[in-house]
Amino acid sequence: MAEQNTTIFARPEAMTETITHYCPGCTHGIIHRLVAEAIDTLGVRERTVGVAPVGCSVLAYNYFFTDFLEAPHGRAPALATGFKRLRPDMIVFTYQGDGDLASIGMAEIIHAANRGEKFTAIFVNNAIYGMTGGQMAPTTMPGQITTTCPSGRNVAQVGYPIKMVELLSGLVTPMYLERVSVHDPQHIVMAKRAIRKAFQYQIDNQCFSLIEVLSTCPTNWGKTPTEATDWLTEHLLPYYPLGCTKDFGTKEDNSGSV
Amino acid sequence: MAKILMKGNEAIAEAALKAGALNYFCYPITPQTEVAEYLARRMPEVGGVFLQGESELAVANMLFGASATGKRVFTTSSSPGISLMQEAISYMAGAQLPVVIVNIMRGGPGLGGILPAQSDYFQATKAGGHGDYRLLVLAPSTIQEAVDLMMLSFHLADKYRNPVMMIGDGMIGQMMEPVEFPDKYVEPEELPEKTWAATGAKGRKPYVIKSLFLDPVLLEKNSWVLHEKYEQMKKNEVRYERYKISEKNEILLVAYGTMARICQTAIDDLEAEGISVGLFRPITLFPFPEKQIQEEAVKKNVKNLLVIEMSTAQMCEDVERAVLGKKPIKFFGRTGGIVPAPEEVIQQIKQLLAKPKSASRKKA
Repeated sequence: MAEQNTTIFARPEAMTETITHYCPGCTHGIIHRLVAEAIDTLGVRERTVGVAPVGCSVLAYNYFFTDFLEAPHGRAPALATGFKRLRPDMIVFTYQGDGDLASIGMAEIIHAANRGEKFTAIFVNNAIYGMTGGQMAPTTMPGQITTTCPSGRNVAQVGYPIKMVELLSGLVTPMYLERVSVHDPQHIVMAKRAIRKAFQYQIDNQCFSLIEVLSTCPTNWGKTPTEATDWLTEHLLPYYPLGCTKDFGTKEDNSGSV
Repeated sequence: MAKILMKGNEAIAEAALKAGALNYFCYPITPQTEVAEYLARRMPEVGGVFLQGESELAVANMLFGASATGKRVFTTSSSPGISLMQEAISYMAGAQLPVVIVNIMRGGPGLGGILPAQSDYFQATKAGGHGDYRLLVLAPSTIQEAVDLMMLSFHLADKYRNPVMMIGDGMIGQMMEPVEFPDKYVEPEELPEKTWAATGAKGRKPYVIKSLFLDPVLLEKNSWVLHEKYEQMKKNEVRYERYKISEKNEILLVAYGTMARICQTAIDDLEAEGISVGLFRPITLFPFPEKQIQEEAVKKNVKNLLVIEMSTAQMCEDVERAVLGKKPIKFFGRTGGIVPAPEEVIQQIKQLLAKPKSASRKKA
């Protein structure tokens, strides 16, 4: 039997060969890859524009082989709005962390979602500010220790973590909202499916989608990579339930009504 | 094209369309809201993009994204709203994006008032946001000039890949005057292609539109690139008007915008009394006509310069910088929404002629 050279795994076309600056064990690399695979699968790389946030993924534009805009902190949805309104033929996505999207950029994401802007938001929630060195985020868990809540998040003073997908589900307009996780291969496959679906909806000229991706930050959580995925499973999953809260694209998943 | 009677805000809106800027983002604020209302009706007629954002902060960031497509884009606002836009303005200057921003100024600081003022001069001309950058700043004194400068603004923004700000006091926005638009409009398709625009990495390497340079060597380099543009603006774009400047003037007025028009009325009235006064009116506030003002100031007949603003002496600092102490500079200002009548200007001039050494900065 003749041996065949069949490529079964390769770098997505939508990714560059640049080595990322992310810490060992950080899941940004996985999420970048899932986004790039969705872009490849749907064949839209040459008409895609990403919008990078301020945060660990501020340099995302070095890793995607697509055009990119670098937004002020939290404003990626506003940039995406401006771009997509003028170029509805292009595919636009934002890639934002929890500080960027759920704190300083809360107004921009809610209004972009509510106007039904036709871009895809990838929301990476690792429950902490990574780039500035581990401060409390709006998504930091009760009791979780960070440099700005050294005794643990005190909900009596700063409230409970914000559940973005549930919050946005209160809006009538958005098309598709789902929370996924990348802590193990099975969930990575599910996350990949969700991200691809969100891009497909945009290609089909449907309105706003947001995929929240639960992610780890071993460095600022003070854990090894495997301890970090365990911590995500034990602490984040119970508070941030996975799944789709809104999907107007397929009838069976449709939990809302208009 | 025949003259038509238009309100300033609406004329500015129409001028942008004539300049091929069919993309507008806005947030309501007095006294410029008519621009948004006018364009909400007009944009669908011309097939353009009109969007009311959730805040001026978001609107300026929408401009960032919109400008990255390479198309002509603009917004209008008034003082407190312009403050909120400073974040994105700094980013757009850093990323070298051409946008046009109109500030129909009202009194400040803070919420201030809603009546005409010129108290955002510093903010407009000295980089209102963070970092080493400048805007090209134009200041019309009539509605016709607002139309002309609005159209010019888009050309200059494209030419320098830099945000351009047109500032008019509330009077420019609210007043009605006959205006004439050029017969030939700019068709967006006729404009030169923006080779830097984010149009998709098809057959080329990806473009990144950004203001982030973590390497200080590269950031410094970018800052000097910007600086060189501002030097080019200083060389090529200084605009001004000299009104009744002659060897008979003992006093040279310096004023811009609506204030300059009031000064012109005062000058005409004084002329009838046999008193000769000249006016230097900067049209570009950045680049500021420093050299030209100094040339006028050092003339032998000029005993005093009198700077008149609807603020508490902001442009006056640039006049001082231009004149370099070679002639005495006096200041008269009203602010907070109070627009001086020509009689007040005449009174100031007469006081200065009678007792040149005693005139001083008047507090409104």
